[in-house]
Amino acid sequence: MEKVYDVLVLGGGPAGYTAAMYAARACLQVAVLERLAAGGQMALTHQVDNYPGFDEGVDGFDLGMRMQKGAERFGAETVYADVQSVKLNQEIKELQTDQGTFYGRTVIVATGANPRKLGLPMEQELTGRGVHYCAACDGMFYRGKTVVLVGGGNSAVADALTLARVAKKVILVHRRDTLRASKIYHEPLERAENLEFRWNSEVASLLHDDRVEGVVLRNKVTGESENIPCDGVFVSIGRTPATELFANQLELDEAGYIVAGESTETNLPGVYAVGDVRTKAVRQIVTATADGAVAAHEIEEYLAVAVA
Amino acid sequence: MSVLNITKENFENEVVKSEKVVLLDFFATWCGPCRMVSPIIDEIAAENEHIVVGKVDVDAQTELATKFQVYSIPTLVVMKDGKVLTQSTGAKSKAQILAMLP
Repeated sequence: MEKVYDVLVLGGGPAGYTAAMYAARACLQVAVLERLAAGGQMALTHQVDNYPGFDEGVDGFDLGMRMQKGAERFGAETVYADVQSVKLNQEIKELQTDQGTFYGRTVIVATGANPRKLGLPMEQELTGRGVHYCAACDGMFYRGKTVVLVGGGNSAVADALTLARVAKKVILVHRRDTLRASKIYHEPLERAENLEFRWNSEVASLLHDDRVEGVVLRNKVTGESENIPCDGVFVSIGRTPATELFANQLELDEAGYIVAGESTETNLPGVYAVGDVRTKAVRQIVTATADGAVAAHEIEEYLAVAVA
Repeated sequence: MSVLNITKENFENEVVKSEKVVLLDFFATWCGPCRMVSPIIDEIAAENEHIVVGKVDVDAQTELATKFQVYSIPTLVVMKDGKVLTQSTGAKSKAQILAMLP
């Protein structure tokens, strides 16, 4: 018989590793299955200023590594594996991965979310050749160039400011007539002289040769279209939960998030959802770590009843 | 084998003239996804004697970044006999990177 873990955690972001730390400290056998490296979306944030205890901020990648080490200190294992399919609706759950099959009495889904795409033809092919989802990563390649930024939330505006420091011109395209971003961002936006706004607009298509050469903008109010030449398009229109693997087994809401309340319990016994992948009001590192602690506690009770 | 630090000075000898397949990782020190991929690249280098693995710091090696038209990092490039076999952007799992190799 293969090894059966008490807890299998899918995803090594803050929610996953906090769950692993709590479960390991409760003397449960835990493995975290991670595709790339610890930290999840947090690892892509250069400076995290809203996680308490770090008075001068902390590098998201470093924080992720420290959460991993913190869990491993109490015996949690990390397996670098890409999960390909899951069987959750049974007493011993099975996860098929590129590194073999893993078995667990309980499963914590902590797969998080990925950047939402525009959903345009050629978007996939042009990714990295003018279409980008990480301004902090790829912005510097557009020094002295013209870029379009799509979005209007806090991340979009932070990205616009990052790009405005590098690029010759930044054109912010937003589908509404005002920004959703917090007030704290408004003043620096007004001061950025190379930033232009296109309100009530969306990108209708990408103009390209073997790279992006521009976009077609459609004004949602007037219905008019306009060709905007540019060297790059940065997309910052929110995130989409990574739940494709669970679509036929776990209850999802219309946006694709796993339906689970504050107890993190899903519709299946022994399966829990934590962090950004769960239906919740506030998606932050602190709420993700809190979910991890709650799930570990629920699992302790679930396993105690199952054994009794 | 250890990972080579590829520069415009050693590119010709270590990459173009290499008799083995070469895997190049274009990265920057401040790029989150690059830092996530970096330990995977190290592991692949340690476990695969039959290939050459090199990292290119795009901040220090702008000529090489331009030559390969790197506009997004991390960018991974697989080369053989001085020619590009595959080039792909974005963070990838170990299995996906190994699948890029011939």
